[in-house]
Amino acid sequence: MAHVRYTPEHEWIRIDADVGTVGITDFAQQQLGDIVFVELPAVGSQLRAGAEAAVVESVKAASEVYAPASGEVVEVNEALAEGPENVNADALGGGWFFKVRLADPGELEGLMEQSAYKEYVAGLG
Amino acid sequence: MRYLPLSEDDRRQMLAAVGAHGIDDLFGDVPASARLAAPVDLPGHQGEIAVEQAFRDFAGRNLSPASAPCFLGAGLYRHHIPAAVDHLIQRGEFLTAYTPYQPEVAQGTLQYLFEFQTQVALLTGMEVANASMYDGATACAEAVLMAVRLGKSRRRALIAGGVHPHYRDVTATYGRFADIEIVAAPPRWPETGDPAARVDGETACVVVQNPDVFGRIHDYTELGDACHRAGALLIVIVCEPVSLGAITPPGDMGADIVVGEGQSFGNATGFGGPTVGLFATHTRFIRQMPGRLVGQTVDADGRRGFVLTLSTREQHIRREKATSNICTNSGLCALAFTIHLTLLGETGLRRLAALNHANAVALADRLARVPGVEVPDGSFFNELTVRLPRPAVPVVEELAAGGVLAGVPASRLFPGAPGMEPLLILVASELTSESDMDRLTAGLREALS
Amino acid sequence: MSAADRTHTGHRGLQLEEALIFEQGAPERTAVDLPEPAEHADRLGGLRRRGAIGLPGLSEPEVVRHYTRLSQKNYCIDSGLYPLGSCTMKHNPRLNEKVARLPGLGDLHPLQPVSTVQGALEVIHTCAHWLKTLTGMPAVAMSPGAGAHGELVGLMTIRAAIEDRGERRARVLVPESAHGTNPATAHACGYAVETIPADGRGRVDLEALRAKLDTDVAAIMVTNPNTCGLFETDIIEFAAATHAVGAFFYCDGANFNAIVGRVRPADLGIDCMHINLHKTFSTPHGGGGPGSGPVVLTADLAPYAPLPYVVFDGERYLLIEQGADDAGAKPIGRIKGFHGQFGMFTRALAYMMAMGADGLRQASGDAVLNANYVMARLKDVLHPAFPGPCMHEVVFDDTTLKDTGVSTLDLAKALIDEGFHPMTVYFPLVVHGAMLVEPTETESRETLDLFIETMRALVARAKAGEAEAFHQAPRLTPRRRLDEAAAARRPILRWQPVPVDRAAE
Repeated sequence: MAHVRYTPEHEWIRIDADVGTVGITDFAQQQLGDIVFVELPAVGSQLRAGAEAAVVESVKAASEVYAPASGEVVEVNEALAEGPENVNADALGGGWFFKVRLADPGELEGLMEQSAYKEYVAGLG
Repeated sequence: MRYLPLSEDDRRQMLAAVGAHGIDDLFGDVPASARLAAPVDLPGHQGEIAVEQAFRDFAGRNLSPASAPCFLGAGLYRHHIPAAVDHLIQRGEFLTAYTPYQPEVAQGTLQYLFEFQTQVALLTGMEVANASMYDGATACAEAVLMAVRLGKSRRRALIAGGVHPHYRDVTATYGRFADIEIVAAPPRWPETGDPAARVDGETACVVVQNPDVFGRIHDYTELGDACHRAGALLIVIVCEPVSLGAITPPGDMGADIVVGEGQSFGNATGFGGPTVGLFATHTRFIRQMPGRLVGQTVDADGRRGFVLTLSTREQHIRREKATSNICTNSGLCALAFTIHLTLLGETGLRRLAALNHANAVALADRLARVPGVEVPDGSFFNELTVRLPRPAVPVVEELAAGGVLAGVPASRLFPGAPGMEPLLILVASELTSESDMDRLTAGLREALS
Repeated sequence: MSAADRTHTGHRGLQLEEALIFEQGAPERTAVDLPEPAEHADRLGGLRRRGAIGLPGLSEPEVVRHYTRLSQKNYCIDSGLYPLGSCTMKHNPRLNEKVARLPGLGDLHPLQPVSTVQGALEVIHTCAHWLKTLTGMPAVAMSPGAGAHGELVGLMTIRAAIEDRGERRARVLVPESAHGTNPATAHACGYAVETIPADGRGRVDLEALRAKLDTDVAAIMVTNPNTCGLFETDIIEFAAATHAVGAFFYCDGANFNAIVGRVRPADLGIDCMHINLHKTFSTPHGGGGPGSGPVVLTADLAPYAPLPYVVFDGERYLLIEQGADDAGAKPIGRIKGFHGQFGMFTRALAYMMAMGADGLRQASGDAVLNANYVMARLKDVLHPAFPGPCMHEVVFDDTTLKDTGVSTLDLAKALIDEGFHPMTVYFPLVVHGAMLVEPTETESRETLDLFIETMRALVARAKAGEAEAFHQAPRLTPRRRLDEAAAARRPILRWQPVPVDRAAE
């Protein structure tokens, strides 16, 4: 089974070989409310870990999505253009944002495992 | 103090409820050194009769275009405003409402803005328009900022010589503080110069005007193609929207952003403001658009309704990442615009435009018969530029002394620019009568003799 | 909607449904009678517009009815209390409208020879004199088109002044409670924005401000009274600390209405402040503009004021439209077409003359009294975010709604059914579930009492477990809650004609 890691900014990254699929967590989509628009990076662009990679908008807020890892964007979820509500419905599945070819898999070491992220979120309440 | 309902008794009782001895107690947080003990040195309150008379006195020291043949344009145009416009915009429900942030009790404002957006899109031949800007000149500056956002690393804007100098100057001021290079061509008449030659890979946009500030009509189709080949955007300014009832709209010439001044519909020239800026573009650019947008949706009962939308572009949500710092639109002026255009309708607008053009053609013919006045062969809508045998400023002053507002000297718009001194820019509209033209030409004959 | 409320027409008594203009009329119909143009040669250069524009045609009665019906779907100051905090919804005197429309004022063309508009230039000059005297500042730039535009112009003069002394500075400090326009303006003027935290009293934290001030800071932007409705008690220290590092103090004057006639901003050490004529000086909000935002300036910033400006030479009023001069003017350039929002200057001046120095002082006093009265009479049922006294507005947080299932938004929507416009909600951002109430001096004690009793009743209902009724509110309005998510997901920003082939099916 693919390995999923989490950031403190509520992004997740699922690792399959050297490609990571990135989205926002269920907690994040709940906090944002009805998501109305997602601005995705261009395929081929280079992301730096921790830098702004995408923007997710609800009616009353816009939030930056930061790259959990560095690398080249190899695919984006085009379906979000027509159906941004997919992020609300299935944040960890069909609501993924983009895929990045990992430049340095070692960067993922600092990210949280699922259990640690659950604890982290519980601590925010 | 007729605007203040509290009586002294109210104040006493309310202060008691608050637990204060006097109103001054409530200002205890103000540093003592900054508290004024008495009113500032300005006159005391006055009744309605006195204030109204003061303004009649101010007005009496001006020459009203209503009582003088008026040929002034150059960015703002005097047209007949149907009586219904001013009656309707003064309804308190429009005049004294705020920005429609609570849509359930602001459907009136929201629906007319939705209709306004549609009318502007139709007039300009563009896909989408916003709910208005401060004025045409600031709309132009915002369009250049938007083109630079879309152009990523391109930071140069080319401004044609036929662009109204206020639009050029406002854009230059905004550009200076946004680190955008504004390259403005000098004004030229009667020929225009070709901005296409200078479009390159650094150019974010080219800004042109139609009809231009001298009144000339252009086909910008080829310029648009040249811009698009070079990856730049074409921004077209329309200062006189009545022209869109007669001439090909910028959208049909390949414009990417159309900005303009909407004053001609429903709004008086008002000594320059307030007016209403128009802003239209392609649907694919809406997220980079400045200003408010109204969108259609449904309510909890499934009925059609309207809301402010795509607000995440705006300052109150996006703060320093907003597309613009703009906070208001020009709501009431947009209302006047949309009511006037609704009164006109397709037929009325076509007729209005035809009348303006017919009167301008008649004016050109009349002026051509004044000895020494040179009228060019080129195209125009309702505004044209002529060359006088001597500087235009004193001629205009002389005619004004005789009660004729003869037009705008080009040198007032372009001080110091070569070749401008003898040029006079004149407008004819549906309000221009035969006798107005008689008085103008008689005045010119005398001044030039 | 219950079956009993349903009607054949969709109208409900005085609530009349109204279609879009594009769904009405007929193309050949018009509400104007213009004469047939005389025979003339076409000088349009072969660019005559072809094809229909697509505008609908309506007769005059249809047009009047359309806009009358639309107007009836709006709440407005003329109809009742509009306690929208930070927006200052005060009465708009009709005398203002009358004088703004006088022939010889409303119909002037801005490019008439200045010899024919001496009275108009005198209006601008006189309005400027009032604004300078009320703020204690030596100069004012009249042309900004709105408050946010004034902010931009103010920051431009600051940047110009700094660059003129050969410096470049990169940062502007903005409190976290600021209006969104402040950071947006600083960014638009080429500055990086840094946030200053608030202290526990809802004011800018003086020590935090001092810690961030250095020679890389161009300006601080502070609203006073601030967006929590409080006077910044340390404001003179802000100015001193800012000036000590060579930076400028920009004051957002959106709330000047709280102190006009009682405090002159010049005496607080500010360098620059915009004034929203539609807030403090009663020009109409017009459903969202036009505004007007003159900016007062110190002598140090005055040389950079934008073009054009009016000068009185002792005999005549002059309109300075161009460039630098021998007297040291170094204008930033033009920031708006023509000479500013002249129609707003006439209205604001008419208001100032009607109120007088004494009336303006009374107005700010009454505005502050009204806000404190609302606070005093609601504080046992709603929790004021900060202890009083407040200035012209009072902010409550949503503490007392906790666990009721009723949110700040729900309470606002319930107020609509009670016939009031809601207060500002969720602003300032630093107060949880904020409700910002600004009654203004326009409201009588009787109106305030009814509002207070209504708020008390609503809070009692919320606490009594009637959350569902709140979620359904408003129920009595022309439209109920609107689906803003749907509007943003698939934007419909204009009416579209039904394609001919589909219409024919």
